[in-house]
Amino acid sequence: MSLLLIALNAADAQAGAGFAQSFGSEFDVLVLTKGDVPAIGARQVFSVDQADLAPADAMATMVQGQLGNYTTIAAVSAMWSKDLLARVAGLVDAPMVTDVIAIPAPGQYLRPIVAGSLLATVEVDGAPVFLTIRPAGFAKPEERANGSTSSLGAPSNGVTVRTNKSASQGGRPDLTQAKVVVSGGRPLGDAATFERLIGGLADKLGGAAGATRAAVDSGIASNELQVGQTGKIVAPDLYIAAGISGSTQHMAGMKDSKIIVAINTDGDAAIFQIADYGLVMDLFEALPAIQSALD
Amino acid sequence: MKVLVPVKRVIDPYAKVKANAEGTGIDTTGVKFEINPFDEIAVEEAVRQKEKNPAITITVVSVGPEAAEEQLRKALAIGADEAVLIQTDDELDSRAVAHELAAFAQELQPNLILMGKQATDNDANQAGQRLAAKLGWPQATFACAVEFAGDNLTVRRETDEGEETLSLPLPAVVTTDLRLNEPRYIALPGIIKARSKPLTKRPRLTDAKPLVRTVKVEQPAPRQAGVRVNSVAELMTALRDRGAL
Repeated sequence: MSLLLIALNAADAQAGAGFAQSFGSEFDVLVLTKGDVPAIGARQVFSVDQADLAPADAMATMVQGQLGNYTTIAAVSAMWSKDLLARVAGLVDAPMVTDVIAIPAPGQYLRPIVAGSLLATVEVDGAPVFLTIRPAGFAKPEERANGSTSSLGAPSNGVTVRTNKSASQGGRPDLTQAKVVVSGGRPLGDAATFERLIGGLADKLGGAAGATRAAVDSGIASNELQVGQTGKIVAPDLYIAAGISGSTQHMAGMKDSKIIVAINTDGDAAIFQIADYGLVMDLFEALPAIQSALD
Repeated sequence: MKVLVPVKRVIDPYAKVKANAEGTGIDTTGVKFEINPFDEIAVEEAVRQKEKNPAITITVVSVGPEAAEEQLRKALAIGADEAVLIQTDDELDSRAVAHELAAFAQELQPNLILMGKQATDNDANQAGQRLAAKLGWPQATFACAVEFAGDNLTVRRETDEGEETLSLPLPAVVTTDLRLNEPRYIALPGIIKARSKPLTKRPRLTDAKPLVRTVKVEQPAPRQAGVRVNSVAELMTALRDRGAL
């Protein structure tokens, strides 16, 4: 039994480290872009010499060549990992389980289905087993020295060409890895207000800004900020939901947060059913007051 | 130009679901079924492309029970030209479905396969990528804009950090994200009218077995509601006491 953890970069390797250390065997890590690799206790570190992740066809062919005899190939759940790992699993016709939150017994995987309304335990046939995992369900990693490091050349070109790339997170920590997430819904009204109240508080707390699908759909927040079943799955230490009623869709993306604060004028909003601290108040009053209390 | 759109029959994504009494699956009694919303976006996109280029023919295919005819009829009503039901009551996983779709694609030889990024029942997000791998075609997942450019396809897709644009040679597999479009509303008469369009039923094309089997389905433990605070000051004190700030 052996594990290959595939990580996009250093932060992603760190995010997957708790899972890898608790897996119950030695593990190697394949980091797909160049940069420092954190001390996570990998037996061997493979680092790919490229600044940006190549498109899935080129990457999948490369990763296929690195599968060796590993029995489990895992990465933290993200859009890039679902894109890539499912293609590699297809290339080698092996089983894959997405969004694993726990391993209740060897060979069994627990995962949410139907937007987190239910939990399914699945078993797999065949090897290797490909997994995308959600780190919140696994132990926190310890700092441990890595073994040897080898550098791998950039992948050969595939037929897909990237012609443009844009990122718009503006210096805030990655939403899925931030310790604090401040999220807003449609009541924020417009993009400037969202940025001032949600972004402003996120910055005060050193956290990331998140949004509901409704806020994204109405142009208040950009799409990569969407938290929910169809957006990002987050589990920070502190999640502040302002002007969010708590659709199943949204709650599927944040209900594993350690502490949830809900601020909403509607005291009957569903979000209060899962909040540790509920404040029935207008967010336009509450958020500036919280910001000043932090000064 | 042929576009193939696979569609899945799924439990109503807005219904409240619970586990069945045996704890082995979803309780489907009295629940409606719908076309997987992401697949519906794929059908809509194919139809919009056809509206720009009438030379496109759209085939929709579903791998599933006889009742999936209902979802195929809806896809025909949106504007697909023909439908194929690969009829089976077998429990399939993404791998087995990808095998069926690959066999069908090899027969049909489409230029493009457009499908949902995931089905809202099991949320696996695998079938499109597996299908692309099996066919040896390039893929663009999480698409938010699709444009034909000669023998290539330009796809704007969502990424973890923002967006990127890919250029892919055809044939290719594209999986759709929410922002790609908003499917048109189809009234009942439209669905009835679509009854004259061809719908073929056939048995499975492969004997691919699922490699992932569900052994238990359960309700997650509900998160306990906490306390109400009456002011920002009270909230800040509570968060500080908890070590959250």
